[in-house]
Amino acid sequence: MRVLIVEDDADVVRYMVKGLRESGMVADHAVDGEDGLRMATTGSYDVIVVDRMLPGLDGLELVRRLRAGGMATPVLFLSALGKVDDRVAGLRAGGDDYLVKPFAFSELLARIEALGRRRGALDTQSKLVVNGLEMDLLSREVTRAGTRIDLQPREFTMLEYLMRHAGQVVTRTMLLEHVWEYHFDPQTNVIDVHISRLRAKIDRGFDAPLLHTVRGAGYCLRAPV
Amino acid sequence: MRRCCTRCAARGTVSVPRSKLLRTSTFRLALIYLALFTVSALCVLGFVYWNTAGFIAKQTDETIRAEITGLGEQYRVTGLTGLTAVVIERSRNQRESLYLLTTADGRPLAGNLDSMPPAPAGTAGWIDFAYGRTVGGVDLEHQARARLLLLPGGFRLLVGRDVEARQLFQRRLRETVLWALALTVAFGLAGGVLMSRRLLRRVETVNAAARGIMAGDLTRRVAIRGSGDELDQLAVNVNAMLDRIEQLLDAMRQVTDNIAHDLRGPLHRLRTRLEVTLAQPEDPQACRAALEDTVAEAEALLNTFNALLLIAELDAGAQSAQLVPLDFGALARDVAELYAPLAEDHGLALTVETADGLTVAGERHLLSQALSNLLDNAIKYTPRGGEVCVAARRGAQGCELSVTDSGPGIPAADRERVQDRFVRLEASRHRTGSGLGLSLVRAVVRVHGGALRLEDREDGTAGLRAVVVLPARPR
Repeated sequence: MRVLIVEDDADVVRYMVKGLRESGMVADHAVDGEDGLRMATTGSYDVIVVDRMLPGLDGLELVRRLRAGGMATPVLFLSALGKVDDRVAGLRAGGDDYLVKPFAFSELLARIEALGRRRGALDTQSKLVVNGLEMDLLSREVTRAGTRIDLQPREFTMLEYLMRHAGQVVTRTMLLEHVWEYHFDPQTNVIDVHISRLRAKIDRGFDAPLLHTVRGAGYCLRAPV
Repeated sequence: MRRCCTRCAARGTVSVPRSKLLRTSTFRLALIYLALFTVSALCVLGFVYWNTAGFIAKQTDETIRAEITGLGEQYRVTGLTGLTAVVIERSRNQRESLYLLTTADGRPLAGNLDSMPPAPAGTAGWIDFAYGRTVGGVDLEHQARARLLLLPGGFRLLVGRDVEARQLFQRRLRETVLWALALTVAFGLAGGVLMSRRLLRRVETVNAAARGIMAGDLTRRVAIRGSGDELDQLAVNVNAMLDRIEQLLDAMRQVTDNIAHDLRGPLHRLRTRLEVTLAQPEDPQACRAALEDTVAEAEALLNTFNALLLIAELDAGAQSAQLVPLDFGALARDVAELYAPLAEDHGLALTVETADGLTVAGERHLLSQALSNLLDNAIKYTPRGGEVCVAARRGAQGCELSVTDSGPGIPAADRERVQDRFVRLEASRHRTGSGLGLSLVRAVVRVHGGALRLEDREDGTAGLRAVVVLPARPR
């Protein structure tokens, strides 16, 4: 996956690029808006990460121009501004996701992966399948190896999100944002309890667990290695 | 503005020494009042003087005129002989009245004056003159006023009155008026000086308190005399203002102290862990574990900072939340649902009671976060087997969202205090937590124009009821 990072803090960029490369991605970076715009339009990237506050061309404006030029590459905004209206402004300008600084690198990585993979995924499919775990989006039925699994509505939404991002790390914050639509982190990890309930339903009684906890990052639904 | 001395100038203040009294505004005011007072006294006394003196002079003239009329009548009736007899008669009896009847060549026929006054003889006007008079064997010169009556045949009759007493009275009157004026000015001046000094002394106490405070003594206050006048009210207001400033400074100092104290601990642990790891022989597994712990700790620190920042922004009104109509009940149910598994894991019965149609103006994320904090606390502090109830209903003051638990509760005396930043009660010291949860709830609730109340359970059993009251949105 090719990632372009447009961020003016040189130290942060260095770590981000290093981290992404170690995760097997190709990462380039630009330190101001104009450079970022040039590189984004000439290069071929799967995900573009843009800081909102940039010298020269502002991050919002950069993305607006990209979108005006017909570019559909997913954009992840980074910002120190975490208010709901800031978030809305970022998404209105054409951003696909919004991450408030300071963030954990694992969070950034998970979101970049989610954005990059989403491009190819068809939202119109009616059935999700991960290694024998099947989800029928129309009848809302979940089965594993033919055994029916009863899920609460929220558990269903959570599993759907995990299955759509199968093989990727999904963070607690991502789950809170997409399943509960909350943009805040609770003091305790309430998500862990929900995950362990879901795990009990889909993994109990089966030899190979599908729902894994990734230490320090989040969860991952994937086939046993 | 001139500075009174370099010491004050250095501190940027001005004090009023007694020697510079003349420059003070109170003294200037006293002077203006004195001038007004003097002018009005002058008018009153002048009026009294002119009225009194003029009245007496007019009376003298009236008497003379009446006598001349009477004597003229006498002449017409009884002729010169009769007139002469009357003049002689009157000259003998009257002491203040003066008469002189002369022939055409000025020879006296009768009267108590020796000679015609030199003044405009032959006219019918008024004559003011001095004449010699012997009183008790002493020759005195007295002032007199008279009028001439010309009779046929060149005879002339002078009728006058001794005005010595009158003039003496007028002189006395003048002197009295002048003295009164002088006393008025003197008393006014002295009063003005005393009054302005007294006023200055009281202003000076305010100044002194202000200087003391600027010098760093925040406990200084202006003395209040208890008279309830404007200066006392000023002092009361200044003191109230100082109390408020001191309160705010104390709160700020408290917060800063708490931040320093609460963040130094984790940072210290973090450094120690890294140092110890560095000092140990290389062991990738130990290094990894230490780094993971460090990341977790750093994350907790960042969360604390984020919460602090959010509270500060909310308090400053910077987070002017976009308030939109929200279903309070649905919001409560959603957050309760998020926490239901956690409560169950803690062995707690979580119940939700929400009324329908509770619409408030709010920001969903902030209110959800507030409720999440309250639920977090309730689950954290309620012992296994207890209960937690989330309820949304219409109350007397608006929409109420409450979280009731069967935990240890909070002593009534501490309920206000625990809402402050970093305040954690002794009983909860050993538990994890930032001490910011309730502060954030309070900040969120305030932004929504509501209030956070911590109270006893409604059924009287042990536990805590945390209530968020938001104004109900008019339909």
